[in-house]
Amino acid sequence: MIAHIFEELCDGCNSCVTICPTHVLDPGSPVPVIARLDQCQTCYMCELYCTSDAIYVAPDQHVVENIDPDIIRASGHLGRIRHDHGWDRAPDAGHRHLDDYRQLGPLLREGGETAARRYRERHGD
Amino acid sequence: MSDDIISHTDVLIIGGGMAAAWAAIAAAKAGASTILVDKGFVGTSGVTATGGPNHWWVPPDPAVRRDVIEKRLEASCGLGDPEWMERVIDTTWRTLPELGRHYAFGTDGKGGTFYSGVRGSEYMRALRAYALETGARILDHHPATQLLVDDDGTVVGAKGHGRLLGRDWEIRAGAVIIATGGCAFRSGLIGSHGNTGDGYLLAAEAGAELSGMEFSIQYTMSPAWASTRTLPYGAARYYDANGEELDVPPRGHEHYQILGKALLAGPVYADLADAPAPLPPILHLIQPFTPPPFARKGIDLFRERWPIKLYGEGTIRGTGGLRIIDDECSTTVDGLYAAGDAATRELVTGAISGGGAVNSAWALTSGQVAGEAAARRALGRRHLSPARAKAVGSVGIHPANSVRDIDRRAIEADVDLHLNGYQRSLFRSGPQLTETLDILDTHWRDLRDHGRADGTALVSLRETVALTATARWCTAAALARVESRGLHVRVDAPDLDPKGGVRLLTGGLENVWTRPESRRFAEAAE
Repeated sequence: MIAHIFEELCDGCNSCVTICPTHVLDPGSPVPVIARLDQCQTCYMCELYCTSDAIYVAPDQHVVENIDPDIIRASGHLGRIRHDHGWDRAPDAGHRHLDDYRQLGPLLREGGETAARRYRERHGD
Repeated sequence: MSDDIISHTDVLIIGGGMAAAWAAIAAAKAGASTILVDKGFVGTSGVTATGGPNHWWVPPDPAVRRDVIEKRLEASCGLGDPEWMERVIDTTWRTLPELGRHYAFGTDGKGGTFYSGVRGSEYMRALRAYALETGARILDHHPATQLLVDDDGTVVGAKGHGRLLGRDWEIRAGAVIIATGGCAFRSGLIGSHGNTGDGYLLAAEAGAELSGMEFSIQYTMSPAWASTRTLPYGAARYYDANGEELDVPPRGHEHYQILGKALLAGPVYADLADAPAPLPPILHLIQPFTPPPFARKGIDLFRERWPIKLYGEGTIRGTGGLRIIDDECSTTVDGLYAAGDAATRELVTGAISGGGAVNSAWALTSGQVAGEAAARRALGRRHLSPARAKAVGSVGIHPANSVRDIDRRAIEADVDLHLNGYQRSLFRSGPQLTETLDILDTHWRDLRDHGRADGTALVSLRETVALTATARWCTAAALARVESRGLHVRVDAPDLDPKGGVRLLTGGLENVWTRPESRRFAEAAE
């Protein structure tokens, strides 16, 4: 669930309030307020859309986690999801952000085939 | 009390995911003034945004398409419609590339463009941009709480509450499309918190029928602490708490039954040592949302074992929904259309899920079809003077008895337990279904007698009402289909009934009813 909005990073745009699909946040100053944590579905959309990388979502979607902001700031997690999407970045030279995406299908199928083969071998079919 | 925002439009679309967006695009391109009201934000709402739809992608080669349709028809256990399959394949092929101005389709690795698989967040961002470009208006955070009908029962609009504005709204329309997604009964399935069956409830209150609600047993495996996308998990081995490996069939109902049974006895751990070797270094590039739930817990998902949970997918990946009665995505109520997971997908997939690719192609196609049809209807009715409109919501709005606080959490927990709990769902049987229906009926009466709220509290209360109503329809349908067919598996009726190739309709609020659709479809297929 959403755990922390870093005041020193937040620019007060309140975009997260708007884009949260389940209405978790209220506008606020200096940072938006986590008003309805019970509605958070841990989808990470707020992190994806935050251009200041000021939001940290803790990984457990069922249990509230208390975090140490200093440890999180040093962790490298902030902005990671947005960066890996290439969300607001121009593509790197010669490589569009979604160029690897076509590998999803074949890799998914390969996993399924491995499981099927394993089962067949186990049962001597 | 007058509503604060009143508006009129040709086409009103309730929902904001993939199907809703495609519907808005089609309606606006057809010349209709179009408003899309989403409970959340169009771009992040729903299961497409958190997922990555692969679309049923079949080139326009008649022989290839015929073969694909034949196979799909067989897999549908007698309930699919080949015309609809053809329509879905063709519409998807022609329409998806239109998104190229807003979605940066990647390469196919062979000098061409890869179209069929799109990443959810970018896809929804692109659909939002495309819809706005066509002139459709998007009202985010505008959940609908009731439909409006005229004296003949024709749907003429909807009303609801603007969450961020703190004001109610009412919109009159020449045609309304329900595209609110399916219902996972708040299992925690990623992206599905808002998929509470709202559209089913709204439509049923206007008299709409549903179909195929018994085909609702589906799960996805994820870490116990969070629902995620599942690319890395296909080759998982499973272990119990003693380190004994479980013997799990790779697919099908039995796969989930074995895992579910083990989970009822204790924790189960996934081990991804057999995952495809090329995957670990590139997972974050393909599915950037998948590594963080592990990394932030300090778990190496490929090298450590981690506890799992099965997350119910209900009618999202299940196949049932609002009954569609023609090739324009009309429901059984005049003026009301349905698209995507909110509509039944039986027309294309019959009794089985269809897998993500067919489901996405259905959402796209039904959105387009409903959008065009709704636009045609509305444009033809512009000259009509405004009808008298009545809001038809009941439970949560007009309590039958004294207003009392409702323990929504307890009701929702019970719905989740009965619809997603492994024992009840994976081992369906008549006595258990009957018991479930009794319990759900008791919750329904509580809501009906004492439920009442305004503003955002009404939105939440209506979600609980919708969850309960949807659970009753799924359970009643499961009780009425005394056989096992496709996704619907009953341990007390494990065989396919040769006379069971007929769709099962359901509906009703005060009293839930079921009845088989006419035998016409079964005979036409023979």
